Amino acid sequence: MATPLKIERYTRTSRIALPVAVVVVIAAATIPAWGSSNIMKQGVTFLTLVAMAQMWNLLAGYAGLVSVGQQAFIGIGAYSLWVFAEKVGINPFLCVPIAGIVAALFALPTAGLAFRLRGGYFAVGTWVIAEVYRLLVTQITWLGGGSGVSITSAGQVARGTREAVVFWLALAVAAGSIALVYFLLRSRRGLALTAIRDDETGARGLGVNVFRSKLWVYILAAFGTGVTGAVIYLNLLRVQPEAGFGLNWSALMIFAVVIGGLGTIEGPIIGAVIFFALQQLLSDYGTWYLILIGALAAGVVVFAQRGLWGTFVRRRAVDLFPVRRRLCLETVCFPEDAPPAPAAVWSASALPDESTTATAEPPDRVDA
Amino acid sequence: MVWANDIIQGILVGGLYALFAAGLSLVFGVMRLVNLAHGDFSILAAYIALAIVGSLNINPFYTLILVMIVMAVFGYVIQRGLFNFAMDAGPMQAILATFGIAIIIQNLLLEGFTANSKGLDAGRIENASIKISDQVVIGWFPLITIIVSVLVLVGLQFFLGRTRMGRAFRATADNQRAAQLMGIDNRHLYGVAMALALAIVAIGGVFIGIRTTFVPSAGPIRLIFAYEAVIIGGLGSLWGTLVGGIVLGVAQVLGDHVNQGWGMLVGHLVFLAILAFRPQGLFAKQAQ
Repeated sequence: MATPLKIERYTRTSRIALPVAVVVVIAAATIPAWGSSNIMKQGVTFLTLVAMAQMWNLLAGYAGLVSVGQQAFIGIGAYSLWVFAEKVGINPFLCVPIAGIVAALFALPTAGLAFRLRGGYFAVGTWVIAEVYRLLVTQITWLGGGSGVSITSAGQVARGTREAVVFWLALAVAAGSIALVYFLLRSRRGLALTAIRDDETGARGLGVNVFRSKLWVYILAAFGTGVTGAVIYLNLLRVQPEAGFGLNWSALMIFAVVIGGLGTIEGPIIGAVIFFALQQLLSDYGTWYLILIGALAAGVVVFAQRGLWGTFVRRRAVDLFPVRRRLCLETVCFPEDAPPAPAAVWSASALPDESTTATAEPPDRVDA
Repeated sequence: MVWANDIIQGILVGGLYALFAAGLSLVFGVMRLVNLAHGDFSILAAYIALAIVGSLNINPFYTLILVMIVMAVFGYVIQRGLFNFAMDAGPMQAILATFGIAIIIQNLLLEGFTANSKGLDAGRIENASIKISDQVVIGWFPLITIIVSVLVLVGLQFFLGRTRMGRAFRATADNQRAAQLMGIDNRHLYGVAMALALAIVAIGGVFIGIRTTFVPSAGPIRLIFAYEAVIIGGLGSLWGTLVGGIVLGVAQVLGDHVNQGWGMLVGHLVFLAILAFRPQGLFAKQAQ
């Protein structure tokens, strides 16, 4: 009899990481009991950044959809919060999941148009659609027009209670986004996504419905981003189209993911920590932090594609959130090393780097 | 006649958009790179012109050559120093690198020149116009703009069609590896393509700086207009960018005529309609 082969998913580090993660979340949940109001506000900023980054990473790192228009869903989340809290009269905290659902609904027509474009043109296409949403909101006086609206019902809740609940919501959104990506990637659909990430044509050949998988991810990411937008504006309490649909949200999530490491769960968390730390350190110097982070991101994306996590920590199989299957024979597991960087995400079908389609037809359209 | 005037104004605006779109289209055509910093490069050009005007006290028209040279050198250097490596890393990495540069330029300009809007003063030419009838008035400056953009497109066509370098451009666009085997140094070629694109966008940047005011954060919207013009016109079509720019310009002027503030929105909606019903654009390059 041959030695039995086993399929392993957990690594030694991940067995430790999961309980540690639970402890960290529980410890963080106690912050409202002892932390100052400022700590909680900063905490919300950081936690929502983690959530946004996770959602953007799900799009770009796994489905190969580089969107520069996710600010659309931040804005839609924020305005849904306002509509349901102020106009419908639902408890503002309960409006957070509703905001996610509204964002997911808007994601459908958005995808219908944007999915006709590929690669870089998809990126700018999503950006244009985000602009359209911003301009529409600016034109609709019922939504406050260009001057924006205030979430007054949340402002009426006692300050201490509000800050604590918003903090817990932000914590739930951050932990939830990590859990969502983790469990999604371990599922059957996640396997399909990983296959798409590694080789889209190959995945299609194996029977993966690439279009449907991408659409699914797009809607899911819109939901997550919409929920995050609602939490952000429960913290800020005033939303204007210029800010709510601002490009800076995209800069935030993209830079955090790129610096940390595209296509990993740990990357966006590390990236968010670095982004947040630099923002705090350089807070007295205007927008210099953004210049520095932009330069760091541009440098990392070119010269250390796996991001800081992938390049410096994950040399060996240090998976805190294992989503891969490994083949084990007694004590030896394959693959031993870290998974490849998602460099070839747009491989083959997306961009004709040689022969065939370069002039035959516009290469950057989805063939669905 | 009011409508006729709107359409003429829209066509004239379209000439400006074509100047932005041509550079974007060129870079995408040659190296399949969507440069997200394209709009910010045009703003950068306007600020460089502003700095030159401020120190030499000359008419912004005369700064044009200098600004074009500066931008071309800058384009060559950034292509060879960063974007070429980014493209080696992968198409996604390349886009993200251009996005990083876009955010850096926006914020450097913000730190250097504040968020206050600036303008380039070209003197009397800005308001001089030809009166055709009571309602139809053509400004000299918009007219010069569209003439220049047509000249630029003619020049580009000549360059791509008739010169040795242009042939290398087309060969690389068709099949980069085969072109490389024929002895074309694609890294240098990409540098030249970016230099050319930024020289063209410099003209657009200075012209729009004369026409209206600008702020450091205005880059993205320029990129979007250029991009819309490219998609409306049809990818890979040089003259399509002019048509795309004109369609976009007319849509915006008509939109603003119906309701002040609708212009940009109507422009976007026309773009989305094209995307929905004719995704290959109006003048898509046909299969050979």
